[in-house]
Amino acid sequence: MKLLSGFICGVLFGLGLVISGMTDPLKVQGFLDVTGAWDITLAFVMVGAIGVSLPAFWYLRRHQKPLFSEVFQWPQAKHIDGRLLLGAAMFGVGWGLSGLCPGPALVSVVQGGQGILAFVTSMLLGSWLHDRFVRSV
Amino acid sequence: MSEVPGTWLAGLQGGLLIGLAAAMLFALAGKIAGISGLLATAWRRQDSAAGLARAFVLGLLVAGVVGTYGLGIAPAMLPGINLPTLIVAGLLVGFGTRLGNGCTSGHGVCGISRLSWRSLVATMTFMAAGMVTVALLRMGGQ
Repeated sequence: MKLLSGFICGVLFGLGLVISGMTDPLKVQGFLDVTGAWDITLAFVMVGAIGVSLPAFWYLRRHQKPLFSEVFQWPQAKHIDGRLLLGAAMFGVGWGLSGLCPGPALVSVVQGGQGILAFVTSMLLGSWLHDRFVRSV
Repeated sequence: MSEVPGTWLAGLQGGLLIGLAAAMLFALAGKIAGISGLLATAWRRQDSAAGLARAFVLGLLVAGVVGTYGLGIAPAMLPGINLPTLIVAGLLVGFGTRLGNGCTSGHGVCGISRLSWRSLVATMTFMAAGMVTVALLRMGGQ
Protein backbone atom coordinates (compact mmCIF):
# COMPACT_ATOMS: atom_id res chain seq x y z
CA MET A 1 0.00 0.00 0.00
CA LYS A 2 2.88 2.31 0.77
CA LEU A 3 4.38 1.80 -2.68
CA LEU A 4 1.01 2.17 -4.37
CA SER A 5 0.33 5.41 -2.51
CA GLY A 6 3.79 6.67 -3.56
CA PHE A 7 3.00 5.88 -7.18
CA ILE A 8 -0.44 7.53 -7.08
CA CYS A 9 0.97 10.64 -5.40
CA GLY A 10 3.67 10.78 -8.09
CA VAL A 11 1.05 10.65 -10.85
CA LEU A 12 -1.10 13.34 -9.20
CA PHE A 13 1.93 15.54 -8.53
CA GLY A 14 3.10 15.17 -12.13
CA LEU A 15 -0.34 15.93 -13.56
CA GLY A 16 -0.47 18.99 -11.31
CA LEU A 17 2.84 20.15 -12.81
CA VAL A 18 1.54 19.60 -16.35
CA ILE A 19 -1.84 21.29 -15.79
CA SER A 20 -0.35 24.26 -13.94
CA GLY A 21 2.15 25.14 -16.66
CA MET A 22 5.24 24.30 -14.57
CA THR A 23 6.46 21.94 -17.31
CA ASP A 24 6.68 24.86 -19.76
CA PRO A 25 10.21 26.30 -19.40
CA LEU A 26 9.19 29.55 -21.11
CA LYS A 27 6.42 30.06 -18.58
CA VAL A 28 8.81 29.43 -15.71
CA GLN A 29 11.32 31.89 -17.16
CA GLY A 30 8.43 34.31 -17.65
CA PHE A 31 7.69 34.09 -13.93
CA LEU A 32 11.32 34.79 -13.10
CA ASP A 33 11.43 37.68 -15.61
CA VAL A 34 10.39 40.36 -13.11
CA THR A 35 12.27 43.12 -14.95
CA GLY A 36 10.66 42.21 -18.28
CA ALA A 37 7.31 40.75 -19.33
CA TRP A 38 6.49 39.25 -15.95
CA ASP A 39 4.07 36.30 -16.05
CA ILE A 40 2.52 35.88 -12.63
CA THR A 41 0.92 32.48 -13.34
CA LEU A 42 3.34 30.45 -11.25
CA ALA A 43 2.48 32.48 -8.17
CA PHE A 44 -1.01 31.00 -8.53
CA VAL A 45 0.55 27.52 -8.63
CA MET A 46 2.33 28.22 -5.33
CA VAL A 47 -0.83 29.64 -3.77
CA GLY A 48 -2.87 26.62 -4.87
CA ALA A 49 -0.30 24.08 -3.65
CA ILE A 50 0.39 25.74 -0.31
CA GLY A 51 -3.34 26.37 0.11
CA VAL A 52 -3.86 22.62 0.30
CA SER A 53 -0.67 21.39 1.94
CA LEU A 54 -0.38 24.02 4.68
CA PRO A 55 -3.65 23.05 6.42
CA ALA A 56 -2.82 19.38 5.75
CA PHE A 57 0.57 19.59 7.49
CA TRP A 58 -0.99 21.62 10.31
CA TYR A 59 -3.59 18.87 10.78
CA LEU A 60 -1.07 16.01 10.50
CA ARG A 61 1.23 17.59 13.06
CA ARG A 62 -1.19 16.42 15.72
CA HIS A 63 -1.23 12.83 14.54
CA GLN A 64 1.07 10.01 15.54
CA LYS A 65 1.73 8.07 12.36
CA PRO A 66 0.88 7.96 8.66
CA LEU A 67 -1.67 5.47 7.34
CA PHE A 68 0.71 3.04 5.63
CA SER A 69 4.01 3.70 7.38
CA GLU A 70 5.46 3.75 10.88
CA VAL A 71 6.57 7.34 11.36
CA PHE A 72 6.13 10.80 9.94
CA GLN A 73 9.53 11.83 8.62
CA TRP A 74 9.43 15.48 9.66
CA PRO A 75 12.56 17.25 8.42
CA GLN A 76 14.79 18.02 11.40
CA ALA A 77 17.11 20.67 9.97
CA LYS A 78 16.29 24.16 11.19
CA HIS A 79 19.52 26.10 10.79
CA ILE A 80 20.21 28.50 7.95
CA ASP A 81 23.83 28.15 6.86
CA GLY A 82 26.11 28.82 3.94
CA ARG A 83 25.48 25.42 2.45
CA LEU A 84 21.73 26.04 2.28
CA LEU A 85 22.20 29.47 0.71
CA LEU A 86 24.89 28.38 -1.76
CA GLY A 87 22.91 25.31 -2.79
CA ALA A 88 19.71 27.30 -3.25
CA ALA A 89 21.57 29.97 -5.23
CA MET A 90 23.17 27.38 -7.53
CA PHE A 91 19.79 25.75 -8.08
CA GLY A 92 18.23 29.16 -8.80
CA VAL A 93 20.81 29.96 -11.48
CA GLY A 94 20.25 26.59 -13.17
CA TRP A 95 16.49 27.05 -12.87
CA GLY A 96 16.69 30.49 -14.49
CA LEU A 97 18.98 29.32 -17.29
CA SER A 98 16.74 26.40 -18.28
CA GLY A 99 13.28 27.09 -16.86
CA LEU A 100 13.44 23.58 -15.42
CA CYS A 101 13.40 22.29 -11.87
CA PRO A 102 13.64 18.57 -10.97
CA GLY A 103 9.91 17.67 -11.01
CA PRO A 104 9.01 19.18 -14.39
CA ALA A 105 12.28 17.86 -15.86
CA LEU A 106 11.35 14.29 -14.88
CA VAL A 107 7.79 14.70 -16.18
CA SER A 108 9.06 16.08 -19.49
CA VAL A 109 11.86 13.56 -20.02
CA VAL A 110 9.36 11.01 -21.37
CA GLN A 111 8.87 13.26 -24.38
CA GLY A 112 12.46 12.56 -25.32
CA GLY A 113 14.59 14.93 -27.35
CA GLN A 114 18.21 15.91 -27.07
CA GLY A 115 17.68 18.96 -24.85
CA ILE A 116 15.68 17.42 -22.03
CA LEU A 117 17.75 14.23 -22.04
CA ALA A 118 20.94 16.30 -21.73
CA PHE A 119 19.41 18.31 -18.89
CA VAL A 120 18.18 15.31 -16.90
CA THR A 121 21.44 13.40 -17.41
CA SER A 122 23.53 16.31 -16.17
CA MET A 123 21.07 16.89 -13.30
CA LEU A 124 21.55 13.28 -12.19
CA LEU A 125 25.30 13.68 -12.59
CA GLY A 126 25.29 16.86 -10.47
CA SER A 127 23.23 15.14 -7.80
CA TRP A 128 25.56 12.13 -7.84
CA LEU A 129 28.70 14.30 -7.68
CA HIS A 130 27.34 16.00 -4.58
CA ASP A 131 26.39 12.77 -2.83
CA ARG A 132 29.65 11.10 -3.81
CA PHE A 133 32.10 13.84 -2.91
CA VAL A 134 30.36 16.22 -0.52
CA ARG A 135 27.88 14.37 1.63
CA SER A 136 25.83 11.25 1.15
CA VAL A 137 22.79 11.78 3.33
CA MET B 1 -4.16 43.62 -18.82
CA SER B 2 -3.81 41.60 -21.98
CA GLU B 3 -2.98 38.46 -20.01
CA VAL B 4 -5.73 35.84 -20.21
CA PRO B 5 -6.63 34.77 -16.67
CA GLY B 6 -7.33 31.27 -18.02
CA THR B 7 -3.67 30.37 -17.46
CA TRP B 8 -3.96 31.72 -13.90
CA LEU B 9 -6.91 29.41 -13.29
CA ALA B 10 -4.98 26.48 -14.76
CA GLY B 11 -2.06 27.40 -12.53
CA LEU B 12 -4.31 27.44 -9.48
CA GLN B 13 -5.92 24.11 -10.40
CA GLY B 14 -2.57 22.44 -11.07
CA GLY B 15 -1.27 23.92 -7.84
CA LEU B 16 -4.16 22.45 -5.86
CA LEU B 17 -3.34 19.05 -7.33
CA ILE B 18 0.34 19.44 -6.42
CA GLY B 19 -0.62 20.40 -2.87
CA LEU B 20 -3.01 17.44 -2.65
CA ALA B 21 -0.30 15.03 -3.81
CA ALA B 22 2.19 16.44 -1.30
CA ALA B 23 -0.36 16.21 1.53
CA MET B 24 -1.32 12.65 0.55
CA LEU B 25 2.29 11.45 0.37
CA PHE B 26 2.87 12.68 3.91
CA ALA B 27 -0.46 11.45 5.29
CA LEU B 28 -0.10 7.99 3.72
CA ALA B 29 3.64 7.33 3.70
CA GLY B 30 5.01 9.96 6.08
CA LYS B 31 7.36 11.29 3.41
CA ILE B 32 7.94 14.89 2.33
CA ALA B 33 7.31 15.33 -1.40
CA GLY B 34 10.67 16.82 -2.30
CA ILE B 35 11.53 15.77 -5.82
CA SER B 36 15.29 16.29 -5.68
CA GLY B 37 15.51 14.28 -2.46
CA LEU B 38 13.22 11.49 -3.69
CA LEU B 39 15.18 11.27 -6.94
CA ALA B 40 18.49 10.97 -5.09
CA THR B 41 16.97 8.31 -2.83
CA ALA B 42 15.43 6.39 -5.72
CA TRP B 43 18.70 5.24 -7.24
CA ARG B 44 20.37 4.23 -3.98
CA ARG B 45 20.77 0.49 -3.77
CA GLN B 46 20.80 0.05 -0.03
CA ASP B 47 18.18 2.35 1.32
CA SER B 48 14.89 1.26 2.85
CA ALA B 49 13.25 4.43 1.51
CA ALA B 50 14.27 3.68 -2.09
CA GLY B 51 11.13 1.69 -2.94
CA LEU B 52 8.76 4.52 -2.08
CA ALA B 53 10.96 7.03 -3.90
CA ARG B 54 11.09 4.83 -7.00
CA ALA B 55 7.30 4.43 -6.98
CA PHE B 56 6.88 8.21 -6.78
CA VAL B 57 9.37 8.91 -9.58
CA LEU B 58 7.67 6.27 -11.73
CA GLY B 59 4.39 8.10 -11.08
CA LEU B 60 5.94 11.36 -12.32
CA LEU B 61 7.07 9.64 -15.53
CA VAL B 62 3.61 8.15 -16.06
CA ALA B 63 2.11 11.62 -15.55
CA GLY B 64 4.44 12.83 -18.29
CA VAL B 65 3.15 10.17 -20.67
CA VAL B 66 -0.48 10.92 -19.77
CA GLY B 67 0.08 14.66 -20.09
CA THR B 68 1.82 14.38 -23.43
CA TYR B 69 -0.13 11.66 -25.18
CA GLY B 70 -3.39 11.56 -23.21
CA LEU B 71 -4.19 15.18 -22.45
CA GLY B 72 -1.98 16.64 -25.16
CA ILE B 73 -1.15 19.66 -23.02
CA ALA B 74 2.53 19.11 -22.32
CA PRO B 75 4.27 21.86 -24.28
CA ALA B 76 7.07 21.51 -26.76
CA MET B 77 10.42 21.30 -25.04
CA LEU B 78 12.98 23.98 -24.49
CA PRO B 79 12.74 26.24 -27.51
CA GLY B 80 15.84 28.31 -28.04
CA ILE B 81 18.02 27.00 -25.22
CA ASN B 82 21.29 25.59 -26.49
CA LEU B 83 22.77 22.31 -25.39
CA PRO B 84 25.80 23.58 -23.40
CA THR B 85 23.50 25.90 -21.41
CA LEU B 86 21.17 23.00 -20.62
CA ILE B 87 24.07 20.85 -19.45
CA VAL B 88 25.43 23.57 -17.18
CA ALA B 89 21.91 24.25 -15.89
CA GLY B 90 21.34 20.55 -15.21
CA LEU B 91 24.58 20.25 -13.25
CA LEU B 92 23.71 23.34 -11.18
CA VAL B 93 20.18 22.09 -10.48
CA GLY B 94 21.37 18.59 -9.56
CA PHE B 95 24.26 19.69 -7.36
CA GLY B 96 22.55 22.76 -5.90
CA THR B 97 19.37 21.00 -4.83
CA ARG B 98 21.41 18.35 -2.99
CA LEU B 99 23.67 20.93 -1.34
CA GLY B 100 20.68 23.04 -0.30
CA ASN B 101 18.56 20.02 0.65
CA GLY B 102 15.64 20.77 -1.61
CA CYS B 103 14.05 22.36 -4.61
CA THR B 104 10.77 24.01 -5.55
CA SER B 105 8.73 21.16 -4.09
CA GLY B 106 10.60 20.29 -0.89
CA HIS B 107 11.39 23.85 0.18
CA GLY B 108 8.94 25.89 -1.90
CA VAL B 109 5.75 23.91 -1.30
CA CYS B 110 6.26 21.51 1.62
CA GLY B 111 8.73 23.60 3.61
CA ILE B 112 6.71 26.77 3.47
CA SER B 113 3.58 24.75 4.31
CA ARG B 114 5.35 23.46 7.42
CA LEU B 115 6.13 27.10 8.28
CA SER B 116 9.88 26.38 8.14
CA TRP B 117 12.04 29.52 8.15
CA ARG B 118 14.87 27.52 6.62
CA SER B 119 12.72 26.57 3.65
CA LEU B 120 11.34 30.08 3.27
CA VAL B 121 14.89 31.46 3.12
CA ALA B 122 15.91 28.76 0.62
CA THR B 123 12.88 29.54 -1.56
CA MET B 124 13.55 33.30 -1.52
CA THR B 125 17.20 32.57 -2.38
CA PHE B 126 16.57 30.33 -5.40
CA MET B 127 13.80 32.60 -6.68
CA ALA B 128 16.06 35.65 -6.38
CA ALA B 129 18.93 33.79 -8.08
CA GLY B 130 16.57 32.68 -10.85
CA MET B 131 15.26 36.23 -11.33
CA VAL B 132 18.76 37.68 -11.56
CA THR B 133 19.76 34.94 -14.03
CA VAL B 134 16.77 35.59 -16.30
CA ALA B 135 17.37 39.35 -16.11
CA LEU B 136 20.99 38.79 -17.23
CA LEU B 137 19.83 36.46 -20.02
CA ARG B 138 17.43 39.14 -21.24
CA MET B 139 20.16 41.81 -21.12
CA GLY B 140 22.29 39.47 -23.21
CA GLY B 141 19.49 39.37 -25.76
CA GLN B 142 18.07 35.93 -24.99
